[in-house]
Amino acid sequence: MLEVKDLHVNIGDKKVLKGVDLQLDHDETFILFGPNGSGKTSLLMTIMGFGGYEVVQGSIYLNGEDVTHMPIYERARRGIGMSFQRPPTINGLKTRNMVELCAGENEVDVDALAEEVNLQDFLDRDVNSGFSGGELKRSELLQLLAQKPELVLFDEPESGVDLENMALIGKMVRRLLEQDLQPQPDKSMKEQKNQRKTSGLIITHTGHILDYINADRGMVMYNGVLCCAARPRDILEHVREYGYEECVKCLK
Amino acid sequence: MPKVNQDKKEQPTKNDREEVELESYNFAGEQSELIPDLRQLDQNDKEQLIMAGVDVNEEGRSGTYVQMNSSKVHCDTCHTGVEVLDIKDALDKYDNLPEYYWQAVSPDKDKYTRAVADNLHGGYFIRTEKGAKIEEPVQSCLFIKKSGLGQNVHNIIVVEEDSELHIITGCTVSQDVEAALHLGVSEIYVKRGGKLTFTMIHNWGEQIEVRPRTVAHVEEDGIFMNNYIMLKAVKSIQLYPTIYLNGDRSIARSNSIIVTPPGSYVNSGSRVVLNGEDSRAEIIARTITTGGTLLNPGHIIGNAVPAKGHLECKGLILEDGTIHAIPELEGNVAGVELSHEAAVGKVDQEEIEYLMARGMDEEEATSTIVRGFLNVDIMGLPPELKASIDKTIEEAGEEMF
Repeated sequence: MLEVKDLHVNIGDKKVLKGVDLQLDHDETFILFGPNGSGKTSLLMTIMGFGGYEVVQGSIYLNGEDVTHMPIYERARRGIGMSFQRPPTINGLKTRNMVELCAGENEVDVDALAEEVNLQDFLDRDVNSGFSGGELKRSELLQLLAQKPELVLFDEPESGVDLENMALIGKMVRRLLEQDLQPQPDKSMKEQKNQRKTSGLIITHTGHILDYINADRGMVMYNGVLCCAARPRDILEHVREYGYEECVKCLK
Repeated sequence: MPKVNQDKKEQPTKNDREEVELESYNFAGEQSELIPDLRQLDQNDKEQLIMAGVDVNEEGRSGTYVQMNSSKVHCDTCHTGVEVLDIKDALDKYDNLPEYYWQAVSPDKDKYTRAVADNLHGGYFIRTEKGAKIEEPVQSCLFIKKSGLGQNVHNIIVVEEDSELHIITGCTVSQDVEAALHLGVSEIYVKRGGKLTFTMIHNWGEQIEVRPRTVAHVEEDGIFMNNYIMLKAVKSIQLYPTIYLNGDRSIARSNSIIVTPPGSYVNSGSRVVLNGEDSRAEIIARTITTGGTLLNPGHIIGNAVPAKGHLECKGLILEDGTIHAIPELEGNVAGVELSHEAAVGKVDQEEIEYLMARGMDEEEATSTIVRGFLNVDIMGLPPELKASIDKTIEEAGEEMF
């Protein structure tokens, strides 16, 4: 569903991505590892289409359509959704209205969704105004649950989140990726699994999110390129033991 | 009143547009027939009143005062505990109101106050009874229907001890009025433990000049919430209400929401003087220019300890125009705590992109942020008035983009 080909991106004069290739199928979750400043967030921001990330070479396809130079909202309307690591405050816009705006034409029960992420008391507050780290994450999830994207870009679901919140956030990310299958009378779980479409591209430092979701593949971003394709848990253990230094060796 | 401060300081002249030629207006006085039922007004005038926050059905209002041109046309109270009178009737009834009349504002403050002192046309006198909690707002409307008119208004508000009142005052003109001048002196007295919310909505026209002169005195434990909303074109406005927090533990909040369209010149600010111990003040201004010129001074003066004041002026320049924010803090005693936050700029690109990532196009995202910026939630308005202002902002928003 997502295909990134030989992507080169500059921020001003600085080269932040230097030839990234990445393919993601429907119902696949991909984990991006890598040290700070390696280009992980830049990749997500470029896929979403933010200003300031200049694609100098290569392209991005979504479901076969070239979206490389499409405006952000067109990509959002085609099914890309992003959870921001540090979302801005929107003064005077109530969280409830924001969730409704995110839903667009989707029918959503804002109160019921808010209760699931334990944000029912925040619906009448301005979006992100004075929210703690965990509250910001839950607010992002609430918006994405209403938006129902087909491709979820998630920048560090664990950052600024305490342990108690982590379980809730993990559960909701799982739900967003449609991995929360329950036995249903009319469909086998296998049938349900075959129907799901949502894919995820998730940045993690700590790997805590891996306790809650099934992640199919992972790679390490280092200095603007991807390397070390492996199972996410193996990458995590490897990095914990040897650090990212080993990855540099692969690249040489 | 134990402490009476007369406000004589002239505002600095920033521009030729600050000066109004009084000679070019007709102050002779234009008497209008009484209008017992505001629903009798013609449809256009009614709409102008509604846009200025006036409920012509008088539903959910404790009283109504309407002045058209130079005289009262409608005045009634439907609530015990609050008296609403024409100022001239009040001066007759109460022996010229020696405690209040020209006691907060000096008639010699400037040529505009002088003009009002020399030739009073009308205005309202609103006074609560001690301890009366008036839940529904009293509304007033100062309306100009005749071109070339100079309207002289003098208002007095007295909130007696431990009483509570909300006044909504809408100032507007008939749509076919070409040029007019509104001069308005307002003297406001909030007594011990009293609480006043005063919401002023200006809905003028492109050729109207406006010079309000307002001073408020607040006693111990008194609370004064001053709201100002100005979303439409005007030739020029110059206003600078001054609030003296004379009593201990007195509180003032002054909120302004101002949009300056092309051709408009607005000099609107507020000043709070912290004279009482534990007095607190907050001045918040949200301003937008879509091509007009806006000066937004704010001034908090700390003369007592402990006392706290915070000033916030934020401006968005949506189309080439001027916003000149002038936050001033003046502490005159050790231990006073004053702070300010000022910003003049554009809609934050990060916020626009955040909303675009949720599927809104750039225009929708920008107007959503601007509407949020102008939101009036902090003003504590009745729901139907808030809805009407939200609608005005929505419509103004459509003109902005």
